[in-house]
Amino acid sequence: MSDKVITAEGLTKKFGDFTAVDQISFEVSKGEIFGFLGANGAGKTTAMRMFCGLSLPTAGKATVAGFDVFSQNEKIKKTIGYMSQKFSLYDDLTVYENIQFYAGIYGMGKKQIRDKADFILRELELVAERNTLVSNLPLGWKQKLAFSVAIFHDPSIVFLDEPTGGVDPITRREFWNLIYKAGDAGITTFVTTHYMDEAEYCNRVSIMVDGRIEALDTPTQMKATYGADSMNDVFLQLARKAKRSDN
Amino acid sequence: MKAIVVDHIEKAYAIKKTKVPALKGISFDVPQGELFGLIGPDGAGKTTLFRILTTLILPDSGTASVNGLDVVKDFLKIRQEVGYMPGRFSLYTDLTVEENLNFFANIFNTTVKENYHLIKDVYQQIEPFKHVRAGKLSGGMKQKLALSCALIHKPKALFLDEPTTGVDAVSRKEFWELLRSLRNEGITILVSTPYMDEASLCDRVGLIQTGNIMQVNTPEGLRASFGKKILAVRSNQMLKTLELFKNMEGVEDAYPFGEKHHVVLKKNVQQLNIPDGIEVEEAAVDIEDCFIALMKSHVG
Repeated sequence: MSDKVITAEGLTKKFGDFTAVDQISFEVSKGEIFGFLGANGAGKTTAMRMFCGLSLPTAGKATVAGFDVFSQNEKIKKTIGYMSQKFSLYDDLTVYENIQFYAGIYGMGKKQIRDKADFILRELELVAERNTLVSNLPLGWKQKLAFSVAIFHDPSIVFLDEPTGGVDPITRREFWNLIYKAGDAGITTFVTTHYMDEAEYCNRVSIMVDGRIEALDTPTQMKATYGADSMNDVFLQLARKAKRSDN
Repeated sequence: MKAIVVDHIEKAYAIKKTKVPALKGISFDVPQGELFGLIGPDGAGKTTLFRILTTLILPDSGTASVNGLDVVKDFLKIRQEVGYMPGRFSLYTDLTVEENLNFFANIFNTTVKENYHLIKDVYQQIEPFKHVRAGKLSGGMKQKLALSCALIHKPKALFLDEPTTGVDAVSRKEFWELLRSLRNEGITILVSTPYMDEASLCDRVGLIQTGNIMQVNTPEGLRASFGKKILAVRSNQMLKTLELFKNMEGVEDAYPFGEKHHVVLKKNVQQLNIPDGIEVEEAAVDIEDCFIALMKSHVG
């Protein structure tokens, strides 16, 4: 297997005569933090569902963690992690029960779960909260725990959907630190977000407009290319060209 | 005249017999016709304050008024004079766009026609879908319908609780443009957001965190009050660079800031000895910088 965790070539998804994702091609490397941006309706969710093994492409080629999205989508599901801002942990389970539950789903053994959970709770300074219901944790702690749970089974790639929306700026930085550390350990992060200041933390970002990838570069290069001060300016320049509207 | 006055408002919720404070005695006011932003993360107390001001819950102590009316004694009058867009989409999903709008006009004893000029700019964007059920609309369109419904009785004050959460950057920009034009019509607007980058679009902002208002100021005033120099640095070893600056003399604070790190210099420090291989430039103060500094000084 190469060091490419995602490869996509001409990847396309049609619903009837509507082309939701229109021949997208790109690669994401091991350990990279990749931002996947686009306006509502640009095709982000559809593309992400294909990469997670939840939806079959209409045409094109793609692999995730070396597995083919057409023929090996069940294997993909086992090799990835996923966290969304809206839903990630069960509020009415304790911290440890959540870890047990998710790790169990991914087929980890009891001893393995126990050892790793101890380590992670120490890292997150959550040892004292081991038997606390998740609903009683402050939001910032929940988000950091959710991320650690999403990568608990050592996936090659973790998909994050608006991971730090609504989080205070200090916690947000602690959260990005976890992502950088995961990247150092070889875990690739694939982030979708509406918030362009979040995009500035990624190694590279792509911007989707009307089902196509209109731009793909490092935030610095992209800002230079479009003569913009911020990713927000870049995004507005590109997204304004969209024919497809927000519906 | 002050359209909104909040005076030492406290509110706590009882969660399993323990009292958890949501608002710890906050005070501020908003003059008529101002676009005021309440900026802070989830859990800061923004929604609790909105519910008190729109008379949906009672404060434990302190007083508040809207257009000179007391939120406890004059709650029925306030309800006729304000528009409220809650954070969670709260229109009737099984009614169409047009039916929702007519319904809200009706319960406030008015008609869509009478106040159409107020909602025209926003409603025109969703009018092509007026026969679509509200539940079928996208996020950006739901937001526009909710704003239309909150405006249709010509409120004197508008309360918008996180109207731009989950909405893409293009729709967010359009939405803020709409708010500014409503403000120009003389409507007082209190809007909350967890997104610091929206602060600069308000006339004044209040930064709120764990039930306290840390500062009220204009966006420019806030940045000017920071009072310290910030450097933006980057290298090809960002984690190491961060540690380096954190431990450097003359540095007050250092933290990641997108692709760079922001290094805040101690008061009266103008320069640092920076090793080779690190790119440095002076950075403009961002609202996030202000928020971080205020959060750290409010600890304890």
